[in-house]
Amino acid sequence: MTDAVVVEGLVKRFGENTALGGVDLTVSEGTVLGLLGPNGAGKTTVVRILSTLLQPDAGRAEVVGLDVGTQADQVRAMIGLTGQYAAVDEYLTGHENLEMVGRLYRLGKREAKARAGQLLERFDLADAAHRPAKTYSGGMRRRLDIAASLIARPRVLFLDEPTTGLDPRSRLGMWEFIADLVSDGTTILLTTQYLEEADRLADRMVVIDRGKVIARGTADELKAQVGGERLELTVGTVEQLVVVTDALRPLAHGELHADRQTRRLSVPVTGGTDTLAEALRRLAGTSAQVLDIGLRRPDLDDVFLTLTGRSAEDADTTTDAEDSATVSAGAQS
Amino acid sequence: MTTLAETVSDSVVITKRNLIKVKRVPDLIVFATLSPIMFVVLFRYIFGGAINLPPGISYAEFLLPGIFAQTVVFGSTVTGASIAEDLQKGLIDRFRSLPMSRSAVLIGRTVADLGLNVISITVMALTGLAVGWRINSSIGEAIGGFLVLLVFAFAISWLMALVGLLVRTPEVVNNASFIVIFPLTFASNAFVPLESFPAPLRAFAEWNPVSTVVQAARELFGNVPAGVPVPDVWSLQNPALYTVLWTVAILVVFVPLAVRAYLRTASR
Repeated sequence: MTDAVVVEGLVKRFGENTALGGVDLTVSEGTVLGLLGPNGAGKTTVVRILSTLLQPDAGRAEVVGLDVGTQADQVRAMIGLTGQYAAVDEYLTGHENLEMVGRLYRLGKREAKARAGQLLERFDLADAAHRPAKTYSGGMRRRLDIAASLIARPRVLFLDEPTTGLDPRSRLGMWEFIADLVSDGTTILLTTQYLEEADRLADRMVVIDRGKVIARGTADELKAQVGGERLELTVGTVEQLVVVTDALRPLAHGELHADRQTRRLSVPVTGGTDTLAEALRRLAGTSAQVLDIGLRRPDLDDVFLTLTGRSAEDADTTTDAEDSATVSAGAQS
Repeated sequence: MTTLAETVSDSVVITKRNLIKVKRVPDLIVFATLSPIMFVVLFRYIFGGAINLPPGISYAEFLLPGIFAQTVVFGSTVTGASIAEDLQKGLIDRFRSLPMSRSAVLIGRTVADLGLNVISITVMALTGLAVGWRINSSIGEAIGGFLVLLVFAFAISWLMALVGLLVRTPEVVNNASFIVIFPLTFASNAFVPLESFPAPLRAFAEWNPVSTVVQAARELFGNVPAGVPVPDVWSLQNPALYTVLWTVAILVVFVPLAVRAYLRTASR
């Protein structure tokens, strides 16, 4: 498989501030790379360099074999960009927006119109096609924005936080549209702060923090870095917590963690549902009242927490290092 | 490299986009039509009786070229605010990521704003005719008068485009341009004859290109009474030439600067 995007040693400074301190990444043709990190990690800067909006200070950045600095015009003809803002002209209708962008990609008038119609249909905007985009909801604008970036059938699509600011329902809808694009074979570089989003959409992930790559791999590989699955259960009383801890100790692969406050027990295990069945059997032999029980695979929040000592959500709001340490310690216990 | 034909075609697409906005945003139509009408009527009847003019000319004839100039120069500030708005909304980023001509966004913007000025000036001219303004020259000269006004305003549009790209906030662009454009249009011969100005202000006004735009328009519309001496300064003696020199100079300096700023700009 060839690489549609190649980034090597990318450096970008804004005055004193180093936004990117040597980033390497590749995106194989026809796959989705999730670029993860908190606000200010440098995700958008990577996208802006790859979409020719910013010049890097050092390093190499190529899109379908073309250098983004010296062959910017050719690169622009190959890419689609959906930035963070839903860059649609709100005074134009959905159809007019798409037609305009199509014409600027140098499609003929007829082709631009035809593509606009197809994409409005595909992104569920056909009914609103002839209404000014001003009247669109947030989700509709984002969809129109993505449609605009697809109008000339780009080989590589950059989606910069495509669901930030959307309500949960619109976000789910957007994921379906993106998953659809992926099945068409579009190469996508997706940035997101939402670990669930990357988990859903991306084949491979690169996690960056403060302008540096801190981890890369598939979702499973990243999760393996934080450890395997855990059996978690909650019981009715603190006394029962002691009872179940003793009952389940033989199943543990590692240290059990009992939280007296929440009466919750967490047991690192292997063996999946067989282990769960075994645990239930053992629990049946005790008098403990089990309120809930389940197997939990680590999610990307755990990954981020382990890698940076901060949870992904805290990272953008917490500026004080001491603060974030307390927060993460609290979250881990 | 984009060819000239591609630049023209891209600029047409952008111009069309900007003019659609004019059609859909009633405020803009109001700004482009109602406020000039208001200016013409107010100035005509409020200042009309108070300002001493040489015999042989009505205040309506004196005033209209001045109001034209003031309105089109103010009209060109729209360029700056609109560009700043496009920047804020991420549209400039989108355009910059497209394989389109590098200058088309600015050309399309300034040409659309020129169109807006054509609308304003037409409405003002009709209002002027209703309150006593007349064209006392040939059709050719009259067209020349309108062209001087519009081309000067077009040049100012490019200056404002640069301001919009650098300032980035529509409201600030509006306030900043007001501070510059207001004194520039009032410290001129647009509303009152220069004879009443104190000396230093008068010297400034005599060389102020807004004065020469007004003077050139007055001459081309035949609104300068015969036998009234023009101030003995080169600028006002050759107002059309002086205005064209300014227009060319502004374009030569600010078109490349604005395009350069556009290429380097980024919404964050």
